Amino acid sequence: MAVNVNRKKNYNLILGGGLTGVIMLFILIGIFYTPYDPDAMNAADKFAGVSIRHLMGCDNFGRDVFSRVLEGSRTTWLVAAGTVFIGTFFGVILGALTGYYGGIVDEILMRVNDAVFAFPSILLALTFISISGSGRYQVVIALGIAFIPSFARIVRGEFIKCKNMDYVKNARLQGAGDFRIMFVHILPNTLTVLLSAVMIGFNNAVLAEAGMSFLGIGVQPPDASLGRMLAEAQSYLFRAPAYAVFPGVVIILMVLGFSLLGDGLKNE
Amino acid sequence: MSKELLRVTDLNIEFHDHLIPETVVFDFDLTMEQGEIVGLVGESGSGKSMSALAIAGLLSRKDMQKRGEILFEGVDLLTCERKALRQLQGNEIGMIFQEPMTSLNPVKKVGWQVEEALRIHTKLSKQERYERAVRMLSEVELDHPERIYHQYPHELSGGMRQRVMIAAAMICEPKLLIADEPTTALDVTIQAQIVELLKRMNRQKRTAVLFISHDLSLVRGLCRRVLVMQGGYVVESGLTDQIFENPGEDYTRRLIGAIPKVMRRG
Repeated sequence: MAVNVNRKKNYNLILGGGLTGVIMLFILIGIFYTPYDPDAMNAADKFAGVSIRHLMGCDNFGRDVFSRVLEGSRTTWLVAAGTVFIGTFFGVILGALTGYYGGIVDEILMRVNDAVFAFPSILLALTFISISGSGRYQVVIALGIAFIPSFARIVRGEFIKCKNMDYVKNARLQGAGDFRIMFVHILPNTLTVLLSAVMIGFNNAVLAEAGMSFLGIGVQPPDASLGRMLAEAQSYLFRAPAYAVFPGVVIILMVLGFSLLGDGLKNE
Repeated sequence: MSKELLRVTDLNIEFHDHLIPETVVFDFDLTMEQGEIVGLVGESGSGKSMSALAIAGLLSRKDMQKRGEILFEGVDLLTCERKALRQLQGNEIGMIFQEPMTSLNPVKKVGWQVEEALRIHTKLSKQERYERAVRMLSEVELDHPERIYHQYPHELSGGMRQRVMIAAAMICEPKLLIADEPTTALDVTIQAQIVELLKRMNRQKRTAVLFISHDLSLVRGLCRRVLVMQGGYVVESGLTDQIFENPGEDYTRRLIGAIPKVMRRG
């Protein structure tokens, strides 16, 4: 007889996936099509309200906010993805080496790690930007470096846990070299933990990018980014509330979607 | 007799990871010929597993000091280069562990793990590896080897996993198989099957087996020669039958006395 297991639906996964999907869809559409040129100014539409012609109104230069949100969320998303990629890539390598070998190298690298970790990431990125100059690539590199320690620490912990397992002994016995054991045998076992770390890291990166652009050290005008738009909108908060509300809502949805998705995947 | 495969002389293993060095194996001697089954018995903590790990080259090279010689076909495993050691591991020396639940990687398919030694030591194509692995899985008497090839370890029972372990250890047809209490975690009927399987492997492929156990009744049925260890020392060694008939040491006598006997009530 077939057993009907009544599994509880994973609402986090559904909701998170849906939100992320919708936002990704808009970002993809934004690459090929925006209703208006995001940078085109139109004095007649200055501070235009929400209407059919301008779905999210217009800003102080008469630029269409909807078009700018499409472009801005793409920028924010790419910066966050780049940041997480750099952080994960180097974090995994560092964490794997230190966790697997241990010893003096581990001590030294982990103390450096602690030092970097002790700085607030925005402050660290700020220092980097003030040396290298601002721009979206600099932001990615700066935030990426600031994100390495948290990933390295997570991966290191997992490697320490796994390296004494019997299957690692078994792999060594089959003649596998250290790197093969590290990246072929152990790394897949850390993926569940790594995946939720990536999700959380992505959210932090979105917020960090928005924060940096808000402070004016991230993406430079006229390029749109969600944080940048918030910064510009705050001067006109009462004249054109829509200008501030929509980018803010998109940031919230982006972060919320990814959090729920991460949560849902963890429980799968 | 046939050719000598393994000669261990005066092996001492000393841990150096604490303040005071601690010796766990004293003056261990062992010779094995090709195709021979040798038993290594003793209680927990008597040093049998440490000796086995040393022979398999699995002990870390820092943190501990090892004196003596482990000659495998003339190569000293204690002093040879790591690369040379890795060439032997999996190819010439295989090992199966006590706990089949944890000795398979939970995120990799069974077939992938059985093939691992082939992937490392040979240049076979994917198809050839697949065929070898499936053949090996059926040789260890697993039903539906093609299906098991694509399953994950958690889908298999303990006995099946131990068979998979044997398949993985034997796929390169090593000359020496070290079985470190392979039956301890299994129930009695499966134990007997696994022992039979090891026997058959030994007969068919002329693989020498170093069988480590604390179960003397299993050792008696399997091994021609046996070594008895206690507290890091080999206290007695010789032909299994002689030792069982006429144990020289009090410790051996007590070990033999500990074998449960089937008695009829009334």
